[in-house]
Amino acid sequence: MTKCAVLVFPGSNCDNDAYFVLKNIFKIEVSFVWHKDSNLDSYHMILIPGGFSYGDYLRTGAIAKFSPIMKEVVSKSKKGIPVIGICNGFQILLECGLLPGALINNKNIKFLSQNVKLEVQDNLSMFTNKLNKGDTLEMPIAHKQGNYIADIDTIRMLKDNNRIAFKYLNNPNGSQLDIAGITNEEGNVLGMMPHPERACDKILGSDDGKLIFQSIIDSRF
Amino acid sequence: MKAKIFIKYKDGILDPQGKVTGNALNSIGVKGIESLSIGKYIEMEFDDITRDEADKIANDSCKKLLVNPNTQTYSYEIIND
Repeated sequence: MTKCAVLVFPGSNCDNDAYFVLKNIFKIEVSFVWHKDSNLDSYHMILIPGGFSYGDYLRTGAIAKFSPIMKEVVSKSKKGIPVIGICNGFQILLECGLLPGALINNKNIKFLSQNVKLEVQDNLSMFTNKLNKGDTLEMPIAHKQGNYIADIDTIRMLKDNNRIAFKYLNNPNGSQLDIAGITNEEGNVLGMMPHPERACDKILGSDDGKLIFQSIIDSRF
Repeated sequence: MKAKIFIKYKDGILDPQGKVTGNALNSIGVKGIESLSIGKYIEMEFDDITRDEADKIANDSCKKLLVNPNTQTYSYEIIND
């Protein structure tokens, strides 16, 4: 049975949402894994949830990258295990170098908590194969540092290699090229600022996020 | 011995905090500021080590953790207390 690790750092606060969704909606086996653990051998996918790991001290995600568990995440990602980092999870993936670029303060400096519309940029990756290019997804964002930046060469490389998974339709935070989510070169690591785990049940206003999790689960197992 | 470390955004990186603060100063009548950016200042105190060792520790710390080279630049000075 598919087993997913939901990492927990001091300050994570979307870990329970992710756990609930994977366990109760997708009916897969899920475990919380504490940041001081260092073994992910028994897991088929890894989710790095949102929150404020280490209080966002220094820079978002900067301290979390030195947690023992992150060495293991990097190691497993190199072996093709799917890794999805949401919000603060995306920030951590950038800090530890699994994804390129950085996330800086939103253009208007405010913390943004609102629903956004995303456009699917391709349906080739393991995170988007249940979607179609051009599909629109609706889900919440909740962040202050979600403004994606990278140098021109990196942006071009992401675009040319279909590594931009999602773009904002009405860019809320100033991200370059309206980028909301990107993948790594091998296609098994996704980082995104919007929260698909908060959009997996119609009762919450949208269940568009389900398609992303279903893509991972179906493509791998 | 002490290291004084200064971290700032690279040119061209959006610094809304600096911009808003500059505008605020302007709005209360402080004239002559062309631009204002807000960075970080970190102070590091050392045990009994040489200046070269202190220099290396400060530089390594910036490279390994304190600075994100994608968005920030840094400088530091080593001073005797």
